[in-house]
Amino acid sequence: MRYQVLVRLKEGVLDVQGKAVETGLRDQKFDAIKNVRVGRVIELDVDGVSKDAARKQVEDVCKILLANPVIEQYEIKEVL
Amino acid sequence: MRVGVVVFPGTNCDQDIEHVYGGLLGAETVKIWHRDTDLQNVDLVVLPGGFSYGDYLRTGALAKLSPVMDSIRIFAADGGRVLGICNGFQILCESGLLPGALLENVGRRFLSRFVNIRVESRASFFTSTCERGSVITCPIAHFQGNYFADEKTLRELEENDQVVFRYCSADGALSDSDLDINVNGSIHSIAGVRNRLGNVVGLMPHPERAVERLIGDVGGNSGLSLFQHAA
Repeated sequence: MRYQVLVRLKEGVLDVQGKAVETGLRDQKFDAIKNVRVGRVIELDVDGVSKDAARKQVEDVCKILLANPVIEQYEIKEVL
Repeated sequence: MRVGVVVFPGTNCDQDIEHVYGGLLGAETVKIWHRDTDLQNVDLVVLPGGFSYGDYLRTGALAKLSPVMDSIRIFAADGGRVLGICNGFQILCESGLLPGALLENVGRRFLSRFVNIRVESRASFFTSTCERGSVITCPIAHFQGNYFADEKTLRELEENDQVVFRYCSADGALSDSDLDINVNGSIHSIAGVRNRLGNVVGLMPHPERAVERLIGDVGGNSGLSLFQHAA
């Protein structure tokens, strides 16, 4: 099973990269684009275990490593 | 006193730490490789600055999974002294040994410059020989030094006197919004914190780079006062 984990800063936590991208776009006259948030996508395979166990492992690694719960939130998607 | 200096792949301030504790203050120093779990009976563990694991994923995130960190958690839980400077502070926050996290600097720049920091609490081993309110001038060199904690954590830090250092002006004045003073935009101008017990301390600035007048023409040796606990 292949998973995609999307890690982003929580709402309310200053996203410096997002702000920089937004400023760059504004300079290019894309004034309608707002609230740019930059995140990170991590793809991984989990093999040889049941679907429930695989999902649980992905949840676990999000908690211990892939995201920092103090500042980040994550979403897990199963992909083909 | 025996000081253990932990070396991760990418650590680059380990020799500076050995120079302060060993060379200047006469303590015995040993290097501890991050894959080792034996802390070699040290009295103090230092996580020096640098770029452990190339700052991959997040600063300090991969280092927290190194085998040595399990030993350091046990050591700290038993009251052992742990100091993290710069990347070492980031590792301590990532590993949960200290509260909060370090975000990218508000000004979106890597900052390499001198700053002034004020000693806010003497209730940590690291500041136990300093005066509260004293100002230390020393370098910073970081991109992710913007301290962040949620409101609840922040309240606890303030109530329990856990803020050890704040960025300040040369005469000790604070301003959270002035980026000449609070250079990276840290919440409440926090430059360093301690755990409840005071045996684990972390800070972003590098006092170990301002310990000799020969090399510290701006800060002089004002950083040396922080290391006197080992003298």
